[in-house]
Amino acid sequence: MTALIGRNAAGKTTLLHLAVGLTAASSGRVEVLGRPPAAVLPEVGFVAQDAPLYTGLRVAEIVRLTGRLNRRWDAAAAYRRLREREIPLDRRVGRLSGGQQAQLALALALAKRPRLLVLDEPLARLDPLARHDFLGMLMSAVAEEGMSVIFSSHVVAEIERVCDDLVVLSAGHVQVAGAVDDLLAEHQLLSGPTGEAVEVADRLQVVARYAAPAQTRLLVRRRGREVAPPRGWQAQPVGLEELVLTYLRAPAAAALPGPHRLGAGASAASR
Amino acid sequence: MSPVVLRLDQRSGVPTYLQLVQQVEQALRLGYLKHGDQLPRVKDLVADLAINPNTVLKAYRELERRGLAAGRPGVGTFVAGTVAPIAAPERSALRRSLDRWLRSAEQAGLDDVGILALVDDALHERGSAAPPNGRRGVA
Repeated sequence: MTALIGRNAAGKTTLLHLAVGLTAASSGRVEVLGRPPAAVLPEVGFVAQDAPLYTGLRVAEIVRLTGRLNRRWDAAAAYRRLREREIPLDRRVGRLSGGQQAQLALALALAKRPRLLVLDEPLARLDPLARHDFLGMLMSAVAEEGMSVIFSSHVVAEIERVCDDLVVLSAGHVQVAGAVDDLLAEHQLLSGPTGEAVEVADRLQVVARYAAPAQTRLLVRRRGREVAPPRGWQAQPVGLEELVLTYLRAPAAAALPGPHRLGAGASAASR
Repeated sequence: MSPVVLRLDQRSGVPTYLQLVQQVEQALRLGYLKHGDQLPRVKDLVADLAINPNTVLKAYRELERRGLAAGRPGVGTFVAGTVAPIAAPERSALRRSLDRWLRSAEQAGLDDVGILALVDDALHERGSAAPPNGRRGVA
């Protein structure tokens, strides 16, 4: 479960479109599940931004239509998920709430039984309750089938509890990539007297610096096993939201943990 | 069906898996969970809480490490150990002395925040001398 985070126009959608074969790379190479994107399309589920659906069709009709367009198709799973969420099969798609439309799009993508699921900004337009329900449906599908998921988002709040891995994109480049647990363990916030800040900062890898006349806070990335803060300084853990926002604010601070090879395939189920 | 309901506090700053571990421990201590009870199934918990299945697995592994739970492959995770429950007479005796202490704290002018700070401080000082948390009180 990997989150792709970045500001608008950072290149999230472009990267995802390259992965699902909607855009051709002008340079470089894209591999999905070890092969070129076009070769693995039957094994990749994709929900585009704003979950575009035929709003004039009824729910049951769009399930049948999507089934005809896909070779791998588990209609029973689609109907089961819609039933669990109490989405009426005879209602026109356009009459469903935004949250229900997003769940319908997800149920359709999951019915392909994909090995990789690609979601572009699935949470952006959903209210908090709809976000919870959407992620609940997604997480139980991951628990059942163990597919890999990559989703882009500029909503940071949910990331910590749903993602194993995080990639921060900034102006078309990978700024941060790593396992969420590792990133949190590697960073900390140090607070101490401003008079000593320059000397302390020199010895550490500083991601961001907030200096006031008396007190300075440094967000640092730890090197190796060094743990103890300098004498007279306090160390605090950093939350994921703060960490991500800090990196997004300072695109030049590419203190890159990684990129490492992210877990692929059915790693979520086997771990 | 699991006898307990687990929930999350996103603002607590405690890692998600640890919140689950602590809630199971507390449910054991308060007697809501007994030896042999089944913990919520991973699939149900991730759907309810909208969290990553790996987080639940991590919590259940930690409970196994502490000797409080055991996984049965293909079936689920079950309560294995017990946390020493507080016996009813001791509990009410402790409660009475606590009430007396609270009254004297109020007379000394402490409000709730002051009382909590004092208790927190005492636990903290004791914690640095006592054995680390985890196995303490586990039968």
